[in-house]
Amino acid sequence: MMSKATDSRTNVPFAINAYTKEQLKEALRKMYLIRKFEEGAEDCYMRGLIHGTMHLSIGQEASAVGSCMALEESDQITSTHRGHAHCVAKGAEVSRMFAEFFGKETGYCKGRGGSMHIADVAKGNLGANGIVAGGIPIAVGAALTAKRLNTGKVVICFFGDGANNEGAFHESLNMAAVWKLPVVFVCENNQYGMSTSIERSTAVSQIATRAIAYDIPGFTVDGNDLSSVAEAVSEASSRAKSGKGPSLIECMTYRWRGHSKSDRNRYRTKEEIEDWKKKDPILRFGEVLKDHKVITDEEMKQLETDVDKEIVAAIEFAQSSPSPSLDEVTRDVYTEIDQ
Amino acid sequence: MSSAPVQSAEQDSVEMSYAEAIRDALDIALGEDERVVLMGEDIGVYGGAFQVTGDLVNKYGEDRVMDTPISELGGAGVAVGAAATGLRPIFEFQFSDFAMLAMEQICNQAAKMRYMLGGEVSVPVVMRFPAGSGTGAAAQHSQSLEAWFGHVPGLKVVQPATPYDAKGLILAALDDPDPVMIFEHKILYKQKGLVPKGRYTVPLHKAEIRRAGADITIVASSIMVHRSLEAAELLFDKGVSAEVIDLKSIRPIDKQTIIESVVKTNKLICVYEGVKTLGIGAEISALVAESAAFDYLDAPILRLGAADCPVPYNPELEKASVPQVENIYQQALALCRREL
Repeated sequence: MMSKATDSRTNVPFAINAYTKEQLKEALRKMYLIRKFEEGAEDCYMRGLIHGTMHLSIGQEASAVGSCMALEESDQITSTHRGHAHCVAKGAEVSRMFAEFFGKETGYCKGRGGSMHIADVAKGNLGANGIVAGGIPIAVGAALTAKRLNTGKVVICFFGDGANNEGAFHESLNMAAVWKLPVVFVCENNQYGMSTSIERSTAVSQIATRAIAYDIPGFTVDGNDLSSVAEAVSEASSRAKSGKGPSLIECMTYRWRGHSKSDRNRYRTKEEIEDWKKKDPILRFGEVLKDHKVITDEEMKQLETDVDKEIVAAIEFAQSSPSPSLDEVTRDVYTEIDQ
Repeated sequence: MSSAPVQSAEQDSVEMSYAEAIRDALDIALGEDERVVLMGEDIGVYGGAFQVTGDLVNKYGEDRVMDTPISELGGAGVAVGAAATGLRPIFEFQFSDFAMLAMEQICNQAAKMRYMLGGEVSVPVVMRFPAGSGTGAAAQHSQSLEAWFGHVPGLKVVQPATPYDAKGLILAALDDPDPVMIFEHKILYKQKGLVPKGRYTVPLHKAEIRRAGADITIVASSIMVHRSLEAAELLFDKGVSAEVIDLKSIRPIDKQTIIESVVKTNKLICVYEGVKTLGIGAEISALVAESAAFDYLDAPILRLGAADCPVPYNPELEKASVPQVENIYQQALALCRREL
């Protein structure tokens, strides 16, 4: 099992060489947009404007954006209950995401799904999932379609560390490996399945080593370093598209917020949280871009101002959008009207 | 009046077994549409545990007739994901009992995906469940779980009773954009009947009156249709004219056919192989009680379902645990004579 890091010979991160300036700036913008989207959603929740619950990925933005950066627009992803970042990274509009959280007809799921089922099928996001590991077999199924119909697509399957102890994870990796399907399994290891740490729940110290059991490549990368994630996922994606089958990428990261809105953070220390905040993936990538003269301070400020405005406008759009009609509560249970 | 044929003869029909009729449907589907793939445990070279897929792998290859590992949850999930993205998978559970391992993918994912995603996706997956008792395979290989799935909005659930319906319902299921669960009865696999050649479909939402009658309505599904028809013949000898309805689909249920029949006969018995408690019969009883047919009832509604126990191994116990012809006959007669 290998760990991927910056190219030690040149000290130039993979992303700087692999992507254009515009792509790199867009990656930074997306990470910032995800952060502000989630802060905005949290704020709306605290003010009672959004009901239900939500699972924030603040601090984990690099794994979502780095992974999706390696994809074509037609490629597909499956996501998790902590799925806002994946959705934005795959190209969703935050206005329609907010609209979904507000339960509005203009939301991506027309107010029927909420945070936990956020999706953007048109952009290749087959959906977040309320069931841990629920999306993993579905990703393998999407990869089977890609292979049978020769679409050339690859599927990225996001899941958390908690999912690696579900049967669906093991069954899916095995089948994807046996059938050499074009899927990349991206484990966002934020080190806690709700309150239970990986040390207390998982027999291996590195989840990437689970790949050995299925005879596929497995890598652990710094999940807060966008370039490392993009490098590992693009390599795995090329491998998958060339018919060599799946890979397992483990992105080491950390969620700054609690598991969900009920979390009292009793299972971890403030010091641990503060230590991880020092590894902020957005600040880190911003510094890399500045170091390599991809972006100036001024451009960065402008980017932030633009995103802040986009968030305000998106929340306004959500609030002013129409609610679903109550007499349509059973719409879309079936494709045709139930006879 | 003799026992009505369980199916109508048609031109260009051939006699084949229920299993052969299913295979014929699968063959037609595979031949017509490149997107159709069969998935399941030992459905390839082995031909399926009940020899339903037979030699189809020789004709279509391992990429179209796919042996899965023994991974019901993952396998079903792969079929769901493939269906949502453009394939038309037909997934076989080796025994319907094993589908319990895959409930997550069927009930949380396949059934809900369209609704949760605001209608942006459909999941045209077909799943086949060999079900029922009578094989001496005991508690974990003999269950009738159709009512479990019937409780889940988003699924369609059918139970063919004849070779004709088995073929026609599978092809209808494939044409349908939503997940369809087909509960096949293992004891019926070898039963023969006339089946039209080529493609035809049987509606997924329609019951059928298998025998017309005036004195009592027997609503049955799957193998219970045949037992009810036998019972109806015995009842006829006692001067009781029973109407036998083959439910075919338990989600949706064809309410109209049932209600109209009860309005005519004024009495209702529901016969099904699933456990009696909280089963199909409860739903049918309730829908009749809630309908205009309530005022026409001349007797209590009866349910005949399986005993409240796992399916036992001993052949006599096994038989006693699910409704048999004699039970249906006796109960119907008692109901008509008000001797309950």
